[in-house]
Amino acid sequence: MVEIKDLTVNLGNFLFEEINLKVEKGEYFIILGPTGAGKTVLLESIAGLHPIKSGEIWLDGREVTKLEPEKRGIGFVYQDYALFPHLSVKDNLLFGLKRRRQPKEEKQRVMEWLAELLGITHLLERSPDTLSGGERQKVALARALSINPQVLLLDEPLSALDPQTREEVQQELRQIHRRLKQTTIHVTHDFEEAIALGDRIAVLGGGRILQIGTADEIFHHPNSEFVARFAMTRNIFTGEVRDGTHGGAIIDVAGTNFEVVTDLRGWLHASLRPEDILISKEPLHSSARNSLKGTITHIADRGATLYLTVSTPPDFVCLVTRRSFEELALAEGEAVYITFKASAVHIF
Amino acid sequence: MIRNIWRWIAQRRLTITFLLLGMVILLFIFIPLAKMIFSSSPSILWDTLLEGEVRSAIWLSLYCALIATAVGLVLGVPLAYFLARHRFPGKRFVEALIDVPIVVPHIATGIALLFVFGKSFLIGRAFDAIGIDFVFAVPGIIIAMLFVSVPFLIDSAKQGFEKVDVRLEKVSRTLGASPWQTFFSVSLPLAKRGIFGGAVMMWARGISEFGAVLVLASYPTIAPILVYDRLEQYGLDYALPVAALLVIICIIIFIVLRSIAYRGERTW
Repeated sequence: MVEIKDLTVNLGNFLFEEINLKVEKGEYFIILGPTGAGKTVLLESIAGLHPIKSGEIWLDGREVTKLEPEKRGIGFVYQDYALFPHLSVKDNLLFGLKRRRQPKEEKQRVMEWLAELLGITHLLERSPDTLSGGERQKVALARALSINPQVLLLDEPLSALDPQTREEVQQELRQIHRRLKQTTIHVTHDFEEAIALGDRIAVLGGGRILQIGTADEIFHHPNSEFVARFAMTRNIFTGEVRDGTHGGAIIDVAGTNFEVVTDLRGWLHASLRPEDILISKEPLHSSARNSLKGTITHIADRGATLYLTVSTPPDFVCLVTRRSFEELALAEGEAVYITFKASAVHIF
Repeated sequence: MIRNIWRWIAQRRLTITFLLLGMVILLFIFIPLAKMIFSSSPSILWDTLLEGEVRSAIWLSLYCALIATAVGLVLGVPLAYFLARHRFPGKRFVEALIDVPIVVPHIATGIALLFVFGKSFLIGRAFDAIGIDFVFAVPGIIIAMLFVSVPFLIDSAKQGFEKVDVRLEKVSRTLGASPWQTFFSVSLPLAKRGIFGGAVMMWARGISEFGAVLVLASYPTIAPILVYDRLEQYGLDYALPVAALLVIICIIIFIVLRSIAYRGERTW
């Protein structure tokens, strides 16, 4: 368990003030904040790598506020991985192990186990600068896990990766967390990453924690501009993805099924932009489209455009121009059809 | 055809101009050295090498410069690391101070050192009490070389450390390494090229020192002073082979060390 009490950190031009967090043992905790919010410094402060002004840091019931970083037992993964360029992958993994009082065979065994866990056994003799981004990330992760940390700190671990690798590494993070039940604090500016991975999410803004809660709580009742703006621009659903009728996939969201394009299966999240949804009075039929019937439950007037909430259920937020809104003569309580392409849904 | 050649030249005017200017300075460096080396016949060079006085002077130069470099490594590398990692008021001043020995005339350096390490002064007396003399003694040669050449090492090592990502050191700490262990297993190995390159420069600069050593310890005789003595007493013909020999030995060692320092680094 990680507990941060009234942490204040001076960042030169601004302050982190009264940061209070409690991360349960085995929890995957996300700190979500815009770029430039000092998320890296926050993690460094927890790890003892950045001086703090005041406050306390507790790890599994032990106060570590004044402890040197090497005595805290905190695994750290930087955004750009920070692999030791003068050491092979194997020696990177052994770096932390070498400093533990253990028989040599045991260290070797742990190193091999980690390499296998992350699927990097074939890379052990390689030099870090010959690796791809995804491979480096896995090595950095294995290295951080090598010290059997009480908490693992991940600083934007996916943001330096291309979209495809990102998805792959994200799955990997999820699976490893499931297997090891490793207490993890992961900072990111990416909402979908936060929703996909976080047991709970803390929203950071203006040097403070603005909100802490599950993804559902945060995105459906945001109390920060940063989250609210995102929540407006995405429909986020959680559901079970399974095989569809003709080779595709279907997600079941609270009993409502629609087609999606993905290779992933199981309990996942889906996001859909309001502007990708078409509203009509009659059903539109086309093989690549999902057409669902629902009722308009809410209308938010934004001038040239309007946001309509259509409950099928679940609720879909849809964007319509004022012109089509008036042409269709839409009103609250009216039954409509919403139509969107399977490919417009992002599964993560 | 001719028009094509003209166009080819016209498109590369900048490169060609710069190459020509560069050639001038390269020849300026190369010709005097080559002429000196090749104006002594190999047999004269060989005879010179067999002279005990010459051999011991060259050996003394190499040896004293090596000791000075070793002292520079022990005292200068920590400073270089400190400067690379910390910001503090007056840092600019400290950095300027380190480079001062490069600009001070070397005769003046010798006099300045004499005023501190001479036996009539406090520090000189203190060393004298433990049996170390600087004036007309090997330690005097070493400190003269150290003074004029250590800036090359500190500057180069500092640049080496600055290139090492601080985050690598931080990660090392989280993995259980103390600050000392981190320095020796991360920072030092990663800055070794800068340190080694600086050490080679320092050593080479030490060997070439003349003025400061002349004031502080013209005896025992180091090679540049031997060359000067012979020039003064017997003329150019006697000075030339010693000078040529010194240059040849220095160039050989310099090339070997540089090739080690820049091993694996592509320049094309």
